[in-house]
Amino acid sequence: MNRSTRALLLVGTAKGAFLLESDAGRTNWSLRGPLCEGWPIHDLIVEPATGDLLAAGGSPWFGPAVWRSADLGATWTQSSAGLSYGDDAEPVKTVWSLAVAPDRAILAGVEPAGLFRSTDAGATWQHVEGLTNHPSRPTWQPGAGGLILHTIVPHPADADRTWVGISAVGVFETRDGGATWEPRNRGVRADFIPGPPPETGHCVHKFAAAAGEPETLYQQNHCGVYRSDDGGLGWTEITGALPSEFGFGLVTHPRDPATAWVIPLSRPEEGRYMPDGSAAVWRTHDRGASWIRSADGLPQENAYLGVLREAFARDALDPVGLAFGTSTGQLWHSRDGGVRWDLISRDLPQIWAVEALVLDA
Amino acid sequence: MATVVLPRSLVALFPGATRHEVVAGTTVSELLVDLDQRIPGLWDRLADGRRLRPHINVYVDGQPADLATAVSSDAVVHVIPAVSGGG
Repeated sequence: MNRSTRALLLVGTAKGAFLLESDAGRTNWSLRGPLCEGWPIHDLIVEPATGDLLAAGGSPWFGPAVWRSADLGATWTQSSAGLSYGDDAEPVKTVWSLAVAPDRAILAGVEPAGLFRSTDAGATWQHVEGLTNHPSRPTWQPGAGGLILHTIVPHPADADRTWVGISAVGVFETRDGGATWEPRNRGVRADFIPGPPPETGHCVHKFAAAAGEPETLYQQNHCGVYRSDDGGLGWTEITGALPSEFGFGLVTHPRDPATAWVIPLSRPEEGRYMPDGSAAVWRTHDRGASWIRSADGLPQENAYLGVLREAFARDALDPVGLAFGTSTGQLWHSRDGGVRWDLISRDLPQIWAVEALVLDA
Repeated sequence: MATVVLPRSLVALFPGATRHEVVAGTTVSELLVDLDQRIPGLWDRLADGRRLRPHINVYVDGQPADLATAVSSDAVVHVIPAVSGGG
């Protein structure tokens, strides 16, 4: 372990972004914030080529914006130039998700659901019209959080391929740089709709690619946890022994394609909190064939915690560090791959996003 | 030249911007276009395309206004985020 390694947690909340910093031991954390002028922040990422921080959000007054910081959060700029469907269309309310494609383009998912692309570091944005023009668009219905494009998974090497997740519509993939898109929901249940599962109308909550296997995807859905081994063409349910099929957060291991973590929550009509008020994170080391419950350090009674889709993250250190933030402002961290958990910040605003970053000085 | 009075929460987004900006124009829209030249990106914070954002209020010499409202050369234009509760 490099002595000069710095571990950062980027936290997006309903009232601004916060940064927590530690050394590679990840035991003692200092906190800075609120950043981004207290704007609601739905996602935070690091731009690999520059190390700049990017934050996605939307102000109730000043509209949507993507923020950029070149100095680890000390100063920020923001822009939304082009983040619009046109003067006669419904305004873009907020930016929910960000990703960087292998060609260095920045992708932004917004509400109402759509995808935008920037090739000038986020100064201006172009609408990816191919997704909005999908024939299913008139049938898209919002989930409880709105009609939002919340997950973007670029192929790590092929800039023409990207997967996106829209609530409550489902997963789509493009193989031609965004010109055309196809639903990728076969095998996923949609129990809230009568009849056989539709092609779209699925309540995807979060999905992520396995390390080193871009065709292996893990998905937390409203109706179960799934894995795809063929880039989303088909999904196999792996909910198995999890205490609930419902949840939001899901992360994959940085090196082991068989390992993933989820945070099950009670069913939607039962409150969407940790089942029985007993907090736990579950992990699989065999692609979902079996699940292991980890609760060491987490409260085991009267803990009615909720964790939103973007508020769960892992770093790339060994052992892997994980962090999740709750809807009531607690930030929990594990420095041993999710076995033992520590409360590292207790009184933040409602947490919407967590990202883990490792810097080697 | 009219004076546009900007809210602190908006000025904070643009290093170098001040709360009182003196700008040229015969309508609120023209004033804000002129201001956007000086403070790039400011228009997008106040409007979506050709529409004021729903929770942005503009007053010309104390009277409610919109982007099309005419302004005199010595007008004082206030840009005020709507008061909202909760949270």
